Amino acid sequence: MTVATKSTTASQELEHPSAPLLRMERIPHVWCPSCGIGTVVKCYATALERSGVDLDKVSVVSGIGCSGRVAGYLKLDGFHTTHGRALPFATGLKLGRPELLVTVISGDGDLVGIGGNHFIHAARRNIDLLVILINNFIYGMTGGQNAPTTPQQARSSTMPYGNFETPFSLPHLAASSGASYVARWTCLHIRRLTWSIEEAIHKRGFRFIEVIAPCPTLYARLNKLGTGLDAMRFYHDTAVIRNDADTRELDISFQSEITCGKFVDEERPTFLDLMHNHYSDQLGDRYVPTPPEGGMLHEQ
Amino acid sequence: MKADPAGVLTGSHYLDGDVACGEGAMAAGCRFVAGYPITPSTEVVERIARRFPTLGGTFIQMEDELASMAAVVGAAWTGTKTMTVTSGPGFSLMMENIGLAAMMETPCVVVNVQRGGPSTGLPTMVGQGDVMQARWGSHGDYEVIALCPQSPQEAFDLTIDAFNLAEIYRLPVMFLMDECVGHMTEKVVIPEADAIEVEPRRLTDKSPEEFGPYQINGGQIPEFARAGDGYRFHTTGLTHDERGYPVMNAECHDASVRRLVGKIRDNADSIVRFEEEGMDDAEVVVVSFGITARVARLAVEEARSRGIRVGFLRLVVIWPFPEKRIRELAGSVAAFVVPEINLGQIALEVERVAAGQAVTWPVNHAGGAVHDPDAITEIIVKAAS
Repeated sequence: MTVATKSTTASQELEHPSAPLLRMERIPHVWCPSCGIGTVVKCYATALERSGVDLDKVSVVSGIGCSGRVAGYLKLDGFHTTHGRALPFATGLKLGRPELLVTVISGDGDLVGIGGNHFIHAARRNIDLLVILINNFIYGMTGGQNAPTTPQQARSSTMPYGNFETPFSLPHLAASSGASYVARWTCLHIRRLTWSIEEAIHKRGFRFIEVIAPCPTLYARLNKLGTGLDAMRFYHDTAVIRNDADTRELDISFQSEITCGKFVDEERPTFLDLMHNHYSDQLGDRYVPTPPEGGMLHEQ
Repeated sequence: MKADPAGVLTGSHYLDGDVACGEGAMAAGCRFVAGYPITPSTEVVERIARRFPTLGGTFIQMEDELASMAAVVGAAWTGTKTMTVTSGPGFSLMMENIGLAAMMETPCVVVNVQRGGPSTGLPTMVGQGDVMQARWGSHGDYEVIALCPQSPQEAFDLTIDAFNLAEIYRLPVMFLMDECVGHMTEKVVIPEADAIEVEPRRLTDKSPEEFGPYQINGGQIPEFARAGDGYRFHTTGLTHDERGYPVMNAECHDASVRRLVGKIRDNADSIVRFEEEGMDDAEVVVVSFGITARVARLAVEEARSRGIRVGFLRLVVIWPFPEKRIRELAGSVAAFVVPEINLGQIALEVERVAAGQAVTWPVNHAGGAVHDPDAITEIIVKAAS
């Protein structure tokens, strides 16, 4: 889309700086004003451009929900899948064509609510997936229901007296399940988030980045937290960066301090490494790996 | 094109239906399988897990059947031929992503070695109760193709056909075995690779600028581009236009769903397959499939020996249903006898299509064993009198 503003003349049309990576014909997007998801999309697009990777080899997979719509706005091979199943779908893509850089971008309800089982197993396998989880503490698309990430005391439409369940601490879940890269940022930390995504693009294995994002329409309204700008002020005042923090100490309480940073960054054999090494040992010359470009049967 | 010889275990073998199905998949060019263990289907993936590392294939045991089916759909978008294998309880979990495969028009094969249901039911014993689930199991309107082998040889042969049909029509093809065929060991002859026709994934010739993942170019089936080839396409389980972009309105939905359904219904004559015997003078026709067809054949022979003019129709493809043939027969025979290991599923279809022109006699068995042929003979006798 070309955006003409009052400060430009008719002949000067501004293009979105990430336009080559966006499906501009689909703009305006579905997200609410001051929702945090667009910020994450921009950081991801910037990180991809800076990374120098071949964009033709990048696939983005999303599940269902507000963040599930991310795959639909990026001009990459994009898959908008079923609720909770982005990770196993992405696992199939990666194993079918191992040369792909497969990114999963989806929400908290999708990836660790309905998709929680897939999340721990994908991390356990340390399969080569870059996972960006946008955590807005609530089910936004369906109208503000309680999520497995909703802090205790926070209100949601299905916890009208405040949430009494214990939420997941996602970096701890990812790290203890076997992820080889774990970080958390907020939508205020756009440079650190972009840098972190770029760093993770160049790493291998299961890479997990949680992004705390405002949901002004539901989470903030139900909890009287003000506007998206108020959320930015809150992140500014209460987020602290503690790289290498113990992931057992990253719980988020209602309007509490949010610990950000990179908590895990260690090279471990990936699913494909382990598979190749094991079959090579066991089968020797009889082992035929799936070619990087995939196991497709070509016309002869 | 001809099969890749690497996947084809040419020769005469003594195999059970599960193993034969696995060999059929490898011969058909399947190179990605995701599955979760479940009786009585697990031997299929055990065979594949053993052979795949020597064929350039990847088997992964997923955390559940939801994940297995999702991985199969994902891998199919790399151009790889993909399959999953399960039985009733797992088939129920797969329905979500079977719907996704139907909506995204993803070629893949879903093997269900049927056992007694509902729920955990009879894990080690035969059933044919998933016939309607295979057809209607995921929500919304869509069509599937389903094949039913009656022997290990057919488990091999028809698995190849299942893969070919998945490629031609771009949909999940159901391979409905049953525990008896799956665990029955018989001679299976696997031909030379160059005697096996396999349908390749046909990739679009268009440039990325010209291509839309759901353009149909006047036909019914879109062209395929695989992930990683520079097309930068988008696909979704939402109702979508020819660019694969979500469109939330009744007009687009109507056109999309009608095309998903139409691509199978309009081609039903080419897809439907059955075998028939003794139709020339038949007054009664026995309609059956899978293991029950082999039992029913004994009943047909017995009834014939008693002078009853009975024909035999064995369904090889059960979905789409052979409506045209049943309708023709309904005009000339008095009755259909439909034995099946469920409480009446294919019988409902026969009754629907016969539309009152011929009487339908179900012969039901809830599962756990095959029919006693005498029970079928008895109904043939009643239907003929």
